[in-house]
Amino acid sequence: MSDGGSIVDVAVIGGGPAGIAAAIAARKEGARKVVVYERDWEAGGILQQCIHPGFGLHMFGEELTGPEYMDRYLKQAKEAGVEFALNTMVFQMDPPNETDDGRRSASFWVMNPNTGIERVRAKSVVLAMGCRERPAGALGIAGTRPAGVYTAGTAQRFVNMEGLMPGKKVVIMGTGDIGLIMARRMVLEGAEVVAVFEIMPWVSGLRRNIAQCLDDFGIPYYLEHSVRELHGRDRLEGISVVQIGKDRKPIDGTERFIGCDTLLLAVGLIPENELSRMAGIELEASTNGPAVNELLQTSAECVFAAGNVVVVYDLVDFVSEAGERAGSSAALYALGKLGKGPREFAVETTPNIRVVSPQKLCGARDTTVFLRVAEPIEGRCKLYAEPGIFSQTLRYARPGEMNEVKIDAQKLRALPGDVKSIKIGLEAVK
Amino acid sequence: MALNEETKKFLCVSCPVGCLLKVTVRGQEVLSVEDNGCPLGVKYAQNEVVNPVRTFTSTVRVSGASLPVCPVRSRTPLPLSKVRDVTMEVAFARADAPISIGQVIIGDICGTGIDIIASRSLEKR
Repeated sequence: MSDGGSIVDVAVIGGGPAGIAAAIAARKEGARKVVVYERDWEAGGILQQCIHPGFGLHMFGEELTGPEYMDRYLKQAKEAGVEFALNTMVFQMDPPNETDDGRRSASFWVMNPNTGIERVRAKSVVLAMGCRERPAGALGIAGTRPAGVYTAGTAQRFVNMEGLMPGKKVVIMGTGDIGLIMARRMVLEGAEVVAVFEIMPWVSGLRRNIAQCLDDFGIPYYLEHSVRELHGRDRLEGISVVQIGKDRKPIDGTERFIGCDTLLLAVGLIPENELSRMAGIELEASTNGPAVNELLQTSAECVFAAGNVVVVYDLVDFVSEAGERAGSSAALYALGKLGKGPREFAVETTPNIRVVSPQKLCGARDTTVFLRVAEPIEGRCKLYAEPGIFSQTLRYARPGEMNEVKIDAQKLRALPGDVKSIKIGLEAVK
Repeated sequence: MALNEETKKFLCVSCPVGCLLKVTVRGQEVLSVEDNGCPLGVKYAQNEVVNPVRTFTSTVRVSGASLPVCPVRSRTPLPLSKVRDVTMEVAFARADAPISIGQVIIGDICGTGIDIIASRSLEKR
């Protein structure tokens, strides 16, 4: 074990899309030593297994697969002089300390098969650990515990990177995008996909994935259905599904048995914040991610956060954009050039908004606030930020698709001094 | 015999927005496209009526690399009607490391005139 000597200017934890965009931006902003810590053997994160197209329309103006999108960013990172510590797991983060000059700096502990355990000190840190899938254990399914139950992302890694097939006759629980993508993928690899079930009365993924992943291949999906029981001793032999009523409870007597050897779960993603908790960083209950402002600065002033570790996004393009913003802020902090924002506002929302990020604004730069509605609003609705910041009429708002509120920093700074909060709301328009 | 006008609905897959297009057709002629958020919707509707196309992605077995499979894609969208045939041909294809991104893995797949290309690089192990 060594107590590492050198000090990193900007340390980025996680080598996925958010972390790599952050590292590139940090170098461009003038930070000298920028290191990305990645636990896998290569950088790129989850996109390396997302071999389907649909990435990069915003960033590159063309539709790329996940590995192609990452390839472009990894080339940029190399050109920008970003350093990578691969096969390196950050397993502990200390609460940031005050340094001699009254500023704060960070330290954390890494583990690597060749160099063992080391302490890393950094002038600033970008948290970019991404998110994890909600596992089977979180669902409370009755019955046996046979092999053949996987999260959709695990199955995706098996099929697309390890060249292994998880099973032959598949049921998918949840209409998250990964589940829909995997339905098509399993069919193309020769499996039979019996059906997709969704507990809610609406689809949780993007509509186009219903069209191109299910409809194109004749795979049926059923809303307001859930898995109640697993059957089979060593290997899954089937599941019992049950209809869900308007009260969101199972309707007794509606159970039916469906034979299958594989159940894939696409039932939600949870930001991965063990390290943030260790460092004493304030988390937001609605997102499960660090509370941040538009500079993507957390409650610890030398720690920044971006991507799915903050809030689960729909599109990687927005993750990359957030990464850039966090990397640039972190570099400015490391260089002693990041000032306090001119103002402080809390972002408040109407009850029909389930998720909002960031939850604080300081007026330092123009930004986008992302939000997700709790339930679909089919039909025209008005999205607004008051007082007098933003207003837009939408054709609809759905939980599967984030909405964006553009915030003009000048307008924020010009608000009367007694205004301490910005209210973001959504209401149906006649 | 004169063909009747018909209204069809297509969910555009050109981008993540996923506009539900209202398309009026006579036979294979598109008369109008409504509810599209951008020009891609018009092109998508025309394709859906005449010859629906999709970008195809899968994996190909490789030897000599740190991974046993390499992700591949069709360079451009190919006819949806050919997807089953293309799937079979890709399933039996083999490639050797090193592979560089964009490299042709199968040229002119199933007579479509479209190449299947590697969507990542894989070094020789």
